[in-house]
Amino acid sequence: MSHHIVEFKNVSFRYPDGTEALRDISFRITHGESVGIIGANGAGKSTLLMHMNGYLMPTSGTVNIGDLYLTRQTRQEIRRKVGIVFQNPDDQLFMPTVFEDVAFGPLNLGMDETAVKERVDYALNLVNGLELKNKPPHHLSSGQKSAVAIASVIAVEPDILAMDEPAANLDPRSRRLLINLLKTFEHSKIIASHDLDLIMDVCHRCIVIKEGIVIADGPVSEILTNKILLEENNLELPLSLQRN
Amino acid sequence: MIFNKAIKGVLPEGIMTFDEKYYNIGFIDQLSYKDTFVHRLDPRAKLIATLFFLFTVVSFSKYEIAALLPFFLYPMLLMTIGEIPFMFIFRKVIMVSPFAIFIGIFNPLLDSAQVAVFPELTISAGWISFLSILIKFTLTVSTALLLIATTSFPNVCHGLRQLGLPSLFVSQLSFLYRYIFVLMEETMRIVRARNMRSYGERGKGIRIFVRIVGTLFIRTVERAERIYFAMLSRGFQGDMPSLKRFHIATGDIVFALSVGVFLYVFRLYPATQILGRFVQGVFS
Repeated sequence: MSHHIVEFKNVSFRYPDGTEALRDISFRITHGESVGIIGANGAGKSTLLMHMNGYLMPTSGTVNIGDLYLTRQTRQEIRRKVGIVFQNPDDQLFMPTVFEDVAFGPLNLGMDETAVKERVDYALNLVNGLELKNKPPHHLSSGQKSAVAIASVIAVEPDILAMDEPAANLDPRSRRLLINLLKTFEHSKIIASHDLDLIMDVCHRCIVIKEGIVIADGPVSEILTNKILLEENNLELPLSLQRN
Repeated sequence: MIFNKAIKGVLPEGIMTFDEKYYNIGFIDQLSYKDTFVHRLDPRAKLIATLFFLFTVVSFSKYEIAALLPFFLYPMLLMTIGEIPFMFIFRKVIMVSPFAIFIGIFNPLLDSAQVAVFPELTISAGWISFLSILIKFTLTVSTALLLIATTSFPNVCHGLRQLGLPSLFVSQLSFLYRYIFVLMEETMRIVRARNMRSYGERGKGIRIFVRIVGTLFIRTVERAERIYFAMLSRGFQGDMPSLKRFHIATGDIVFALSVGVFLYVFRLYPATQILGRFVQGVFS
């Protein structure tokens, strides 16, 4: 299906204070692909993600999601297609209970009551969080918060899932559960992270960004084994490759 | 700086109480998630009952004491059935009592008409109105606290929304509840970081304090921006959606009606007097 693509064409973005965060970025992600976006701190990963649903608009160049070009008019439509999971679940979970939080998106889509309830149960069940339904977010552990944050995005049934450091703050077991969960999703996935082992497990393709420029784009097996390229970008070989 | 010195003496304790305050709010929040008959009541029924209770108590004349006493029955019942520890509510009431005391403390001087309490004993009417203020204060504050302790905050918000409060106000309230814990944790972290690096006295002055507040403000603004982004990402277009969640049950109607009858009877009939006469009659 061609309408789940994400295409950036010569995208540049400059923050109001003059920082050039993205410079002439181009790539194309096709339906069902899992892509890791890696790079040093401040390389522009988060800025890139914020372009995917029109929170930021490119200063020049075009973003194409599915059949839609990103403009102020198509933003709402695009937000339905691209779900973004944030690094800090406390920013993502803003409603007083888990149920209301997961229901927030579906309700905004104008779904009726029974459909919303079904959708919430479905999404929470997917992340093994059904029993958290009536809890307030501040009673949850970090792992539970991340799970619920993902459920709240899944509930809108986006075609494309974009995540910023999904495994930050998770203990090893929660991280492993998250990785297994991500592997089961058939969405197109775009994951920005420093956790290269996670990217190796979940993604097939990897894009390396440095100072707002794409400097490498290829299969995970090539990029994550290229020690020189990784070290130039303040990264290291994934731990699982360091052992042998 | 003299001001600085005065602050120094006070601050270390102030810091201790910050942690305490945090756990205190956490405690009332934990209480509100219990599962008792009172907790299960429809929040609308509890809100309306509390509101009527407050109005009824406040409507008594300023010299009224005896007729107010039966009203303690209501908070006592809520507390017992709702399994809320008495000392918790009591301490909270004591904590805010200075407000009421300052309002009434000059009454005995200003209102010096003499009233006979017992034969041979007269006091100024001001004392009576002062006592009346304290009783009204205790009744209203403890009932309001009990409402919060027996109804989880999200449910209070839903109740208010369904009673017709504008959604803008209600969403403000629920954001307040959601982020007060996050904000307090953030403050606690900053205060701890400062204490660990201030080695005794330096770094605890008012100027550092002002900067900390500034930092906290900037972090909050940034967080608000991220939250707004999260809302937009999930289709927020200016209206907070809400789902109907409560259905009035018989228990709720019985509760509301009995509170109504209770308030009506004790407001209009001097129940303590009647009871007193009855006891007199029995013994004579």
